[in-house]
Amino acid sequence: MNWGWVASNTHQITAALLQHVQLVGLSLLFGFLIAFPLALLAVRWPRLYGPSLAVTGVMFTIPSLALFILLMPFTGLSMATSLIGLTLYTLLILFRNIVQGLRGVSPSVREAARALGYTRARRLFAVELPIALPVIVAGIRIAAVTIIGMVTVTALIGQGGLGQLFITGFTLSFTTPLIVGFVLSVALAVAVDLALVAVLYWLTPWQRGIR
Amino acid sequence: MNSDFMSLMAGVIHFFSQPMNWQGPGSIPAHIIEHVTYVLISTLIGAAIALPVGIGLGHSGRGGLMAINISNIGRAIPSFGVIILVFLLVGYGVIPVIVALVALAIPPMVTNSYVGMREVDPTVRQAAVALGMTGWQRLWQVELPIALPLIMAGVRTSAVQVMSTATLAAYVGLGGLGRYLIDGLAVRDLAQVLVGAILVAVLAVVTELLFAGLQKLITARGLQ
Repeated sequence: MNWGWVASNTHQITAALLQHVQLVGLSLLFGFLIAFPLALLAVRWPRLYGPSLAVTGVMFTIPSLALFILLMPFTGLSMATSLIGLTLYTLLILFRNIVQGLRGVSPSVREAARALGYTRARRLFAVELPIALPVIVAGIRIAAVTIIGMVTVTALIGQGGLGQLFITGFTLSFTTPLIVGFVLSVALAVAVDLALVAVLYWLTPWQRGIR
Repeated sequence: MNSDFMSLMAGVIHFFSQPMNWQGPGSIPAHIIEHVTYVLISTLIGAAIALPVGIGLGHSGRGGLMAINISNIGRAIPSFGVIILVFLLVGYGVIPVIVALVALAIPPMVTNSYVGMREVDPTVRQAAVALGMTGWQRLWQVELPIALPLIMAGVRTSAVQVMSTATLAAYVGLGGLGRYLIDGLAVRDLAQVLVGAILVAVLAVVTELLFAGLQKLITARGLQ
């Protein structure tokens, strides 16, 4: 571990970390914006569930490196290439958990809301979503942690957050940038995971004290 | 864009139709064998480490939450970084790749085997105790058969992830299907990249299907 290198390259390290956070945040956001309506449709029309799961599952199976390279002719060496690839990877996990969460709402609760005269939309946002929240957040946690590790691979096509440090270490045959990138990437995952747990705790006051 | 796409497809078909790409070293079958070898070795080593840990913790019911949290964070370990780091430390060879893939394979198997063991109905456990079964008998004859589908689901997730991540082996000079991706990227030969992507995706889907079949085969009849 060469601390001198760390001290003289803080600018590069910070920039890589910020880009990493940006790529993870944006791909989760886009992934959720796609997975959420898809999940609502699949809950409403169960026939759509199988095919949607198959399509998102196949995207999850394509090796990330191959997907990133194949997007290049369309989007070039830009952030869009990384973002599209990463977003596709979040879809399976997010979609599956949102559907599972919504399906887990007990029918009697649903009927009670209906008996109280709740419209479909209000039932969804005021009753079903809050109940499904723990399962949905569990999905976001898995997606976030997985994506944080995967972003580093996008360094091979130019925009890789902390993965940039891995390439630097490889070209210089120098372990310090690798250790820095590695530690920051795992630390980021822990921090994001804990933050999501805290958000869930804050959003679901009725669950506190129950185990 | 459309004519680009057509010529890309023509390139892929041309690649697959060349007899020289089908035999000898560096051919498609040779790369597939290398690739599958990395995957088999890593998944087996990973299973040998992860399954006893997950099953043991699930059986005893102690220290489990801690293990699950550690194993979830393990998902964040960037395989790309591990491969390069171990490569710089021990030099050229399969060790960097195996280390990274084993680290990737462990978390899903620990989590699933632990959850599978924990989800065995407590009344079933109590019935086994009431029948006078020892802890070892309960583990082998009652809990494991019931937990097996979930345990296998963990092995399947790991194997598929390892299959697609083994492409990174090519970055540190090894073989496998990643060669097509890395070499294709280096010379901007997208047809070659697409060939690699198709082959890995097919292998991953075949792995999924094999495990789905295996899972069905070994699930106790009463649980199907």
